[in-house]
Amino acid sequence: MNSYGILAKFDSPKSLMHAAEKVRDEGFEKFDCHSPFPIHGMDEAMGLKRSKLGYLIGFMGMSGALFGFGLQSWIHSIEYPMNISGKPFFAYPAYAIITFELMVLFSAIGAVFGMMFFNRIPRFHHPVFYSEKFSDVTSDAFYVSIEVDDPKYKESSVIDFLKDIGGTEIEVLKDEI
Amino acid sequence: MNGHAIKSKAEIRAEKLLPGNQNFTTITEDIAGVPEQKKTPIQWWLLFGFALSLLGIFAGSVGFLIWEGTGVWGINNPVFWGWAIINFVWWVGIGHAGTLISAILHLFRQNWRNAINRFAETMTLFAVICALVFPGIHVGRIWVAYWFLPLPNQMGMWPNMRSPLIWDFFAVFTYFTVSLLFWYTGLIPDLATLRDRAKGIKKKVYGFFALGWRGGNRQWQHYELAYLVLAGISTPLVLSVHSVVSSDFATSVIPGWHTTIFPPYFVAGAIYSGFGMVMTLSIIARKVYNLGHIITVEHLDKMAQIMLLTGCMVGYAYSMEFFVAWYSGNPYESFAFVNRALGPYWWGYWAMIFCNVVVPQFFWFEKYRRHIPFLFITSILVNIGMWFERFVIVVITLHRDFMPGAWAMYNPTIWDVSIYLGTFGLFFTGFLLFLRFLPMVSIAEAKLVLTESDPHHGEDHE
Repeated sequence: MNSYGILAKFDSPKSLMHAAEKVRDEGFEKFDCHSPFPIHGMDEAMGLKRSKLGYLIGFMGMSGALFGFGLQSWIHSIEYPMNISGKPFFAYPAYAIITFELMVLFSAIGAVFGMMFFNRIPRFHHPVFYSEKFSDVTSDAFYVSIEVDDPKYKESSVIDFLKDIGGTEIEVLKDEI
Repeated sequence: MNGHAIKSKAEIRAEKLLPGNQNFTTITEDIAGVPEQKKTPIQWWLLFGFALSLLGIFAGSVGFLIWEGTGVWGINNPVFWGWAIINFVWWVGIGHAGTLISAILHLFRQNWRNAINRFAETMTLFAVICALVFPGIHVGRIWVAYWFLPLPNQMGMWPNMRSPLIWDFFAVFTYFTVSLLFWYTGLIPDLATLRDRAKGIKKKVYGFFALGWRGGNRQWQHYELAYLVLAGISTPLVLSVHSVVSSDFATSVIPGWHTTIFPPYFVAGAIYSGFGMVMTLSIIARKVYNLGHIITVEHLDKMAQIMLLTGCMVGYAYSMEFFVAWYSGNPYESFAFVNRALGPYWWGYWAMIFCNVVVPQFFWFEKYRRHIPFLFITSILVNIGMWFERFVIVVITLHRDFMPGAWAMYNPTIWDVSIYLGTFGLFFTGFLLFLRFLPMVSIAEAKLVLTESDPHHGEDHE
C-alpha cells in the first residue's frame, strides 16, 4: 500500500482561497486546489505563473492563416492556373475569407487540444480518485491536495499543517491493495 | 454601506437569476437530475416518436432525391435556387444564437447567459447539421460532394477559391467545427459531475468523455484561458459566417441581391431567428423539466430585448433597401423591390414584414416580455418571418430579373416540403437525445451566478 498524497476538505471558495495562500506561503509546490467551478483570483493565491497556452494558440492561428493563404495562392497561381472570367490568378483580396476561416479553425483546435496537453488529460487515473468522498468535488465540495512528490512532504507534519489552516476530513491517499 | 441587511447589487442580480434558496448542491441536483431520471417522462417519448417519424420522412425524401435527381424539386429556369437554399440559410441563421450567447455575451461578462448557453450551443450544432444537409444534397450528384474539398486528385481539379460558394463551404464548416469544440470544452466539467454521480456503465461512458477531469485549479487555469480564447475567436467567426452566406447573393449581379447592406443585415436576421428558436425550445424545456427557477422569466425577458434590438435592425435594413433601390435610379433595382411588395408574391413579403418588424415591437413593453404564452407564440412567428425573408430574397428576386421573357413563377413540390419538414426530425431527434443524456444547463457555470462563488463574498470593500 503506497501513499500518494493528502487531501483536506474546505467549506467554501473563500476558505479554499485562504488555504491556498497559506499552502503557497509555506513553500509547497506540488499541490492543487479542487473546486466545482473556476475561482477568480485562485491563480495568484496558488502562486501559479500565467498559462503559456496563449502562445501555442497564437502560433496555431498564424499557421492556419499562412496555410490558408498559401494553399489558395498555390492552387491558382502554381498548381493549376485557370482563367475564370478573366480574373487574375493571384486574386489575393478574394483569399481573405478562407485565410480568416482557417486561422480561426486552427486556433480553436490549438486552444482545445493545447488545453488538454497542458492539463495532461485524458488521464483516467490520479491519486485523488483513490478517495471515496472526492467525487463531490464536482458538485459542492472544495479540496486541497498535496502530493507525495513535494520536497517538503512529510506525512505527519502535512496533516498537522492542513488541520491548522482549517482543513477537515483529512485523508491520506492510498491505493487499494 | 456595510450593514448586512442591505443587499449588494451583485446579490440582488443573483437573486433575480437564481430565485429562491439555491446553493451549489441544489443546482447540481436540479440540473444533473434531468439526465439521471430513472423514468423518461412520457412527453419526451411522445416528442421523440414524432421526431423519429419526421426523420424517417427525411431519410425517404433524401433517398428519393438522390435516386431521381434535383428535378423532383420545384426549381425551374429562372428560379434555380428554391427551398433548398432558403432552408440552408434559415437553419444556418438559427445556428447563430448559440455562439453569440456563448461567445459574445461571455466576453461582455453577461452572466445571465450561463443558464441558457449550453442549450443554445446544442441548438447551434444541430441547426448547422440541418443546414449542411442542403448544400450536400442540392449538388445533385451527392457522391461527388467531396469535390468541395481542396483535395489533390488525378484530374488536377481544384475548387475555385475565388468563388463565394467555396468561401461559404469553409465558413460553415469552420463554424460547425469550432462550435463543436466550444460545446465539448464547456461540457467537460459537467461530464465529470455526471461521472461522479453515476454508477456502472454510465459512469464509464461519462468518465471516458470527462477525460479524467478533477477540478484542480491547475486545470481550471488552462481551461479558462482556452475558453476565453475560444470565445474571442468565435466572436468574429459568428459575424463572418452569415456575412459570407450573404456574399453568395451579394457578389452576383441580380437586382435585389447586388447590395452592400447584405452582410450586416443577414447577421442581424440570423441572431434574431436564433434567439427565436432558443426561446421556443427553452420555454418547452423549462416547462417539461420544471426548471423555471433556473431558466427564469428574467432570462426570457433579456432574450426578448435582444430580439427587439435585432428585429429593429432587420426592419431598418428592409426600409434602407427600398430607399437605396429608389435612390440608385436603376430601373431594374427599383422594379425588383416594387415587385417584392406588390408583385405576385406580395403575401410572402408582407408575412415577413408582419413577423419581423411588427411583432417584435410588443417587446418594448415589459408586460409582453414576461408573458410566457405570448413569448412562445411570437418566438415561433419570428422563425416563420425569417423563413419568409429568405423566400423573399431567393424566390421573389429570381422569378423576375431583367428580361420579362425570362420570367416565371415558382411552385414547390411535395419533395421540397417533405425534406424541409424532415430536417425538423433530424434537429429534434438530436436535441431530444441531448436533453435525455446531457445536462441542458451548464452546471459549473450556473454556480458562478451565486454570490457565494465569489471568494470575496461577504467581505467589506474599502
